[in-house]
Amino acid sequence: MRQTGKWLGLGYYLLLLLFLQLPILLLIVFSFNDSVLLVFPLRGFTLQWYRELLQATELINAAKNSLLIGLVSSVVATVLGGAAAIAIARYNFPGREFFLNIATLPLVIPYVVLAVALLILFQALKIELSLWTIMIGHTIINMPYVMLIVAARLSGFANNLEEAAMDLGATYWGTLMRVTLPISMPALVAAFLSSFTMSFDEFSLAFFLAGTQNTLPVYLYSQLRFPSRLPLAVTTAAVVIMVSVVILLFSEWLRRVGTSRTGKGG
Amino acid sequence: MGRSPTLLLAQDTPVENKRRLFALITPPSVFLLFFFMVPLVIMALYTMKESSFGPLFPLSFEAFRSFFSNPAYFVLLLSSSQLALFTALLSILLAYPVSYYLVFYTGSRRVILLTLLILPAWISYLLRVLAWKVILGSEGLLNQLLISAGLIENGAPILLFSQAAVLITLVYVWIPFAALPIFAAMERIDPRLHEAAADLGASPGVTFWRVTFPLTMPGVASAFFFVFIPTLGEWVTPNLVGGVSGIMYGNLIQDQFGRALNWPLGALMSMVLLVLVGVFSYVFNRFIPITEVPVSS
Repeated sequence: MRQTGKWLGLGYYLLLLLFLQLPILLLIVFSFNDSVLLVFPLRGFTLQWYRELLQATELINAAKNSLLIGLVSSVVATVLGGAAAIAIARYNFPGREFFLNIATLPLVIPYVVLAVALLILFQALKIELSLWTIMIGHTIINMPYVMLIVAARLSGFANNLEEAAMDLGATYWGTLMRVTLPISMPALVAAFLSSFTMSFDEFSLAFFLAGTQNTLPVYLYSQLRFPSRLPLAVTTAAVVIMVSVVILLFSEWLRRVGTSRTGKGG
Repeated sequence: MGRSPTLLLAQDTPVENKRRLFALITPPSVFLLFFFMVPLVIMALYTMKESSFGPLFPLSFEAFRSFFSNPAYFVLLLSSSQLALFTALLSILLAYPVSYYLVFYTGSRRVILLTLLILPAWISYLLRVLAWKVILGSEGLLNQLLISAGLIENGAPILLFSQAAVLITLVYVWIPFAALPIFAAMERIDPRLHEAAADLGASPGVTFWRVTFPLTMPGVASAFFFVFIPTLGEWVTPNLVGGVSGIMYGNLIQDQFGRALNWPLGALMSMVLLVLVGVFSYVFNRFIPITEVPVSS
């Protein structure tokens, strides 16, 4: 009985794995295929698309924009979300529940609604759309994730480490910098990385809030309409996929290192 | 929430403590206020504007009139809700058995196996949708497969540009996100409960339905929540693989800010979606609190 279950389960796991990975592998395979059409049989191996990728200035520009937006919005989201996390994990204050409810609301709001609301705000304030407006949108959606990840980490540690530091004469802000922040560091780094990947991939907000400068997903989207440009889009996809996997493995490793040291002190 | 109030440090004066809390909480609060709360309020006001770029006053209810007099909008909202419901249920249905297998059959390798499975979730959503456009297209993989199997004659895009294509693509996108909370809920089950049930004479089937399944319900519920809500506001996937017959309510909103250029109507449509999501989250959160963070003591 249990043996049958085991084999059935394994079979199902492999089937689902295939279903989930095959489309991704397909993109990677086609990025090396020597044909404009994305059809089988494959025509032969080529690096032509990768060479063209290096010369596609518009695309490289878009990638640079995405990188910049990802960096800035993740740093801001990490700082703001981290501060909020320390506040909610270390203090009980009137309005704490209210703050928590509002701060986690971006988790459940459909992106198209948030995008439209921000678009209207910027138009009402006569703020021209630019990379900055996208950064603001991405910061809003990343803040709650950072807050929850860091707060979860902090609530795993009791206050007594911080109390000990203060007893030994450290100031509050000194304690914050030298005890609280190091405790939260693995969570902060993990939150930063996941914010970055989120921002780098995000399409809906960027689509509505982009001015004359595109992000990579917005650029890719604009290319999907032209069949002749599909190979280049697929090749970009392949590059992004490979980079994402490396970042993912790195952040997973960091998370492992972070949680393995978790002492449930007190 | 019935927790005892925690002060960071007992020997601090309340005034100092307040100042520190203030310093920590003000920047995120201000940011949220300006770029999250205020935009939603302004959007609510925009629903009563006469035109996209004119002044707010005099107020106009033209957007309300055209929204509530056109049943097609409601039909689309309903069919989008239905599609979101099917997407959530199908993702859970596909993710549940695999989580069960991983947690109860694979021992210590389960985290590695799970990571392998959900790896695609880290890859750009747009690219995953693009992959399905390639698969489902008229020259796509699926059609070639069906042709070579003799099931269809020529390369008609039978799947691309339909509601089925949107459903398949969305389920594909969301399975990893459905698997995570279910996996986590199963991991928390004490295996001794299974032994106890077996010792008391329960068959494996009875044990599953009376012990395992009820204990995994919180995971299933949050999986449902995290798939259903974003799917409800979806517009990119229908745009890429859905075509005319596969459009969703989100496309309607996008259209008002694009081609149709009717911002007041678009703002109203967004508000309707927001209210719907808000009511749903509120009801849901009463049963399964997902955003609770304990104060450490």
